[in-house]
Amino acid sequence: MLKTFGSFVLFLRGMVTRTERFSVLWNRTIDEAILIGVDSIVIVSIVSAFIGAVTCVQIAYNLTNPLIPQSTIGYMVREMTILELAPTITSIVLAGKVGSSIAGGLGTMRITEQVSALEVMGINSTSYLVLPRILAALLMFPLLVILAMLLSILGGYLAGTLTGVMTAQDYIEGIRTDFIPYNIVFALIKAVVFAFLVSGISAFKGYYTTGGALEVGAASTGAVTNSIIAILIADFALAALLL
Amino acid sequence: MIEVSNIEKSFDGTPVLKGISCVFETGKCNLLLGGSGTGKSVLLQCIVGLMKPDIGSITFDGTVYTNSKIDIRQEIRRKIGMLFQGSALFDSMTVAQNVEFPLQMLTPEMSPEERRERVEFCLKRVGLENAGNKMPAEISGGMKKRVGIARAIAPQCTYLFCDEPNSGLDPATSIKIDNLIHEITHEYNITTVIVTHDMNSVIEIGEHIIFLHQGKKLWDGTKDEILNAKVPELRDFIFSSSLVRAAKRVDEETEGGMAAFAEESESGGGI
Repeated sequence: MLKTFGSFVLFLRGMVTRTERFSVLWNRTIDEAILIGVDSIVIVSIVSAFIGAVTCVQIAYNLTNPLIPQSTIGYMVREMTILELAPTITSIVLAGKVGSSIAGGLGTMRITEQVSALEVMGINSTSYLVLPRILAALLMFPLLVILAMLLSILGGYLAGTLTGVMTAQDYIEGIRTDFIPYNIVFALIKAVVFAFLVSGISAFKGYYTTGGALEVGAASTGAVTNSIIAILIADFALAALLL
Repeated sequence: MIEVSNIEKSFDGTPVLKGISCVFETGKCNLLLGGSGTGKSVLLQCIVGLMKPDIGSITFDGTVYTNSKIDIRQEIRRKIGMLFQGSALFDSMTVAQNVEFPLQMLTPEMSPEERRERVEFCLKRVGLENAGNKMPAEISGGMKKRVGIARAIAPQCTYLFCDEPNSGLDPATSIKIDNLIHEITHEYNITTVIVTHDMNSVIEIGEHIIFLHQGKKLWDGTKDEILNAKVPELRDFIFSSSLVRAAKRVDEETEGGMAAFAEESESGGGI
């Protein structure tokens, strides 16, 4: 465990020493941002809209006390979405989509000697292959989390009003009650930390793949499971430290 | 010229290279010959810097490569072209982009127009001038090898390394690849090191052959000398092929027939 952590730190250090030219890094980061960010918009939108909808309906189902105003449902949807569901669930979804893609891609490059080809050319392969992926993840995860927040709240609104569990006026009143801007900052901090964990762990697992196709599959699986565990541990640690 | 001096390499306590010393001469096709698991590829990886030897040194034209500063190693690496066993082409790039890649990365001073001309020249040199827009998945194994060679020579390398360039190819394509490597070596006067266990390659282009057996260098010489070598392990290796046994028999029956056989293959007649 300690040895693996040490290897991970050395891996990250190798990535930032002898980096490639800025123009190369920039172009690679933009390419990766499209793969990580733009290509994930559909799945993030679907997941977050339904999570908002389900949250709204289930809170309404449990909130039977006539003394509690209906607007509380909107308030609870907003708080749950911003503080937890949008950053954490989005990052877990991205761990599955982006993490497996990073690990599988790098693993395949490793076993087909493409990484060795870069090294022989005198190119720092971690800087060329890994750094742009991490930078792109750091850039795109917060944007996707913001999108997830908006769509979750919208999903809650549509579910609440279309199923008739509450009025649109109550929901809007709820989501405007006692708003704390710091919660948004906290969610974005979480998104950045999760982005680093998902991209870093997945790249590490993929980059050091040895063997054949079976091991590439195992590296992808390992990347996803390790990223999810890391997200959950970091989620707790950040909540304890920053709230 | 590349000088390898007393290289040793072990994996988990198992020695794979046991004090190998040899010289790879400039302007020649130097073959590292040996059976599977004799340490040929490990030696090649030590020479190009993908692995660090436990003991020993490697010198490229007088500059020590092993244990030198990263800047010196980078400088040497940028003069190295390598053809990998599986070609190692970048899947996400077209053939032309693969050949252009080292130029983009290593020679930023080149204009896009100059790079395009160089790519066209290299692809034409390997006979793939019409395949530039194809993806690696769309071309055959032999074409992939040729793209690998084009990519290796694009930045005007001084040293060319080929890891089993004939693996997975039919005999006719193998000979074409061998001849291409041979021509390029002489055309640009580069130091070429080829890892192989293919006797056809030995007879075709083996100007300087180093035979490895169980991690040790047992013999070195030319293709004209190899069939009369007295090393038992080398003789076992060479004459395990019925084709070479037959050639040797012809040589013995028609005194000097082997020389004619080698000459014929050298002139492009094949075997």
